Amino acid sequence: MMVREEVEKKEAKEESITVIDTGNHAASLATKFARVQVIAAYPITPQTQIVEEIAKFVEYGKMNAKYVRVESEHSAMAACIGASAVGTRVFTATSSQGLLLMHEMLFAASAYRLPIVMANVNRALFPPWIILAEHTDSLAQRDTGWIQYYCSSNQEVFDTVLQAYRVAESVNLPVMVNLEGFIMSHTHMPIVLPAQRQVDEFLPPRKPLWKLDVNNPQSFGNLAFSDYYVKMRKSIEDGMVKAKSEIEKATNEFEKIFGRNHGGLIDCYRCEDAETIIFALSTLGKEAKASVDSLREKGVKCGVARIRVFRPFPEEKIKEIAASAENVVILDRDNSFGKGGILSTEVRSILEGKRISNFIIGMGGMDVPYTTIEKCVEKSNGQKDEWIMEARI
Amino acid sequence: MMPLSDPRVGAAGKTGKWRTLRPELDKEKCTNCLLCWMYCPEGAIDRVEDGVCIDYEYCKGCGICAEECARKAIVMVEEKGGD
Amino acid sequence: MTIKVKEMPVEEYLLRGNAACPGCPLDIAMRTALKALGKNTIMAVPACCTSIIQSTYPNTAVNIPLLNIPFETTAAVCSGIEAGLEMVGEEGINVLGWAGDGGTYDIGIQALSGAAERNANFLYICYNNQMYSNTGIQRSGATPKGAWTTTTWTGKTEEKKDLPGIMVAHNIPYVATASISRPLDIYEKVVKAKGIKGTKYIEILAPCPSGWRFDLSKTVEVAKLAIQTRAWNLYEVENGKYKINVTVRNPKPIMEYLKVQQRFKNVINDESKIEEIQREVDRNWKKLVKLSEMAQDEEKG
Repeated sequence: MMVREEVEKKEAKEESITVIDTGNHAASLATKFARVQVIAAYPITPQTQIVEEIAKFVEYGKMNAKYVRVESEHSAMAACIGASAVGTRVFTATSSQGLLLMHEMLFAASAYRLPIVMANVNRALFPPWIILAEHTDSLAQRDTGWIQYYCSSNQEVFDTVLQAYRVAESVNLPVMVNLEGFIMSHTHMPIVLPAQRQVDEFLPPRKPLWKLDVNNPQSFGNLAFSDYYVKMRKSIEDGMVKAKSEIEKATNEFEKIFGRNHGGLIDCYRCEDAETIIFALSTLGKEAKASVDSLREKGVKCGVARIRVFRPFPEEKIKEIAASAENVVILDRDNSFGKGGILSTEVRSILEGKRISNFIIGMGGMDVPYTTIEKCVEKSNGQKDEWIMEARI
Repeated sequence: MMPLSDPRVGAAGKTGKWRTLRPELDKEKCTNCLLCWMYCPEGAIDRVEDGVCIDYEYCKGCGICAEECARKAIVMVEEKGGD
Repeated sequence: MTIKVKEMPVEEYLLRGNAACPGCPLDIAMRTALKALGKNTIMAVPACCTSIIQSTYPNTAVNIPLLNIPFETTAAVCSGIEAGLEMVGEEGINVLGWAGDGGTYDIGIQALSGAAERNANFLYICYNNQMYSNTGIQRSGATPKGAWTTTTWTGKTEEKKDLPGIMVAHNIPYVATASISRPLDIYEKVVKAKGIKGTKYIEILAPCPSGWRFDLSKTVEVAKLAIQTRAWNLYEVENGKYKINVTVRNPKPIMEYLKVQQRFKNVINDESKIEEIQREVDRNWKKLVKLSEMAQDEEKG
């Protein structure tokens, strides 16, 4: 592991280096490389290190940006909107309760067509207090018009923040980059940091779709009647639809420049000839790769499709991947009370003629070892929303 | 389509149609103190060479100008329409 | 007062033919404030009457860049705008947060307090009509005791907040009160504020004919009465030092102010209530005088 001074020397020489750092710091580092100009954020476990690190970068002159130390998450998104509306590249980060508090503002950010990028550290919801990983917080924001990525490694977090700006600024919609609390936020993994010039090539300066400009006075968002409102809302939907191709494009461009590819909309592993496909988000999807290998050794033709992008919902890709599979197993580290797993609800709605089973698993950060996922596949028989109440079954 | 609106006079239409009372200016009494211009909420009183001029297309007939005029040079009369 | 009416700029940034009620005080306040700020201004407006007077898409009545924003967020959005402007290197642009009392005293107070504590560089103007006007005259934290509103049918039982006092407690460089009866004073205060770096707060009394229940031609007269009875006092607090702008030599009894507004109908027939209000008015004035004396002593000593 390199000492900070060595890292900085290498950075100055414009060389690519590998550091070993947390998922949180991966996000912070990415904002530095992305030349983010304004950060407005409020602390909440397990996000805190993201913004602490950025504050250090800013105050020690490593990053040319302004850090607005707002007094709540709701204000954090408000300040991001203000800064983005005058044309700057902005960032914030939050988790669980903070994300919930931002709910109103998330709808605003997308309808403002502002390319804000936010890291959300997935954390279970209160009461009772708990700071461990769960996806309900971000999945509960699925209607807000934010593009949502789910990451499974610290490298992916770093790379995805960069891709997020690229995609956000191409469709003018905000992007949420999710990483699980503690599993990723606080776990050290190797992260290859690129040379700044590579990032500058991938991510040119932002060209705002619109901005507050004293040379062109306009009012944004005053009263509109239904006939206009409907068109404005449809525009947002169109942007989301376009995002699917922009996401794939950004993934491919990224691979060309940096040599890494985390899967575009969906990260598939051994799905080509699979008879059983597991669908899951984040580290559940990554862990399931070990389950897949183990099952294959037992003769089960299994594959895992880690859904990397939940919004826009990659319907076509899911159908394509599951086309020749007879069995589908969906893992939800989340729940919509009264309906069941959010991921499975959406996946079930587009697949037909298959035996689909889904499990509510890993709630409240409960450990999900690959052996448990394996057992779920083995006992899958079309059950709907079976709750897994223990780490090891 | 985005909710970006452009500035224009009469954004709410010809608001002169709203009024039921109409300000009538007696130029003889007017000393061009400009209080009416300053106070008019609508900004519907223009400063012209020889004094002030009320823009009846947009004047809503609130009567503040008449109330504040130090010389009582403006009186409110019933708006009979036809403008 | 140094500026004369003739010297006020002619250019209008709040255009005529907007959707405000006839006799609306907010129009008077905004016309004046925007003239003082000029073209190089960006404003953020939360849910309030100003959201509506812009009129409807694709038109707006405001001729400077304006961002309509959610209710709570005025000061937070302004914090973001000013940080962004600094990063894009645009100097000399005034950032204006323009909100009603509801969005300032109540739902917007957290963001305002946060921004003030950070001494964010922007001007916050609260045009205060002492109620939630836009949604139909409900009580706010700025509604005075005894006033009728649609959520205080028999009169508000609590005192209003002293928001200018709260802003002074944040140690920001400039806090001032103003009134739509004195546009030249508004103009000068806004000009002064725009030359100061940090958070500036100006609160403008804006008597609303619809909500306070008086004839729409009397908007300015009611605002004058507020000052003449000391129901509303004009002062500035620069770097914590109080200065009273207007000392009314022989203030009229508060009844003169209450009786012209139907919103005080629950009060005006009740001697004890009137006395209570008069006592509070007198006490506030005394407090203001003491604070300004303290500032004068500081100057000398």
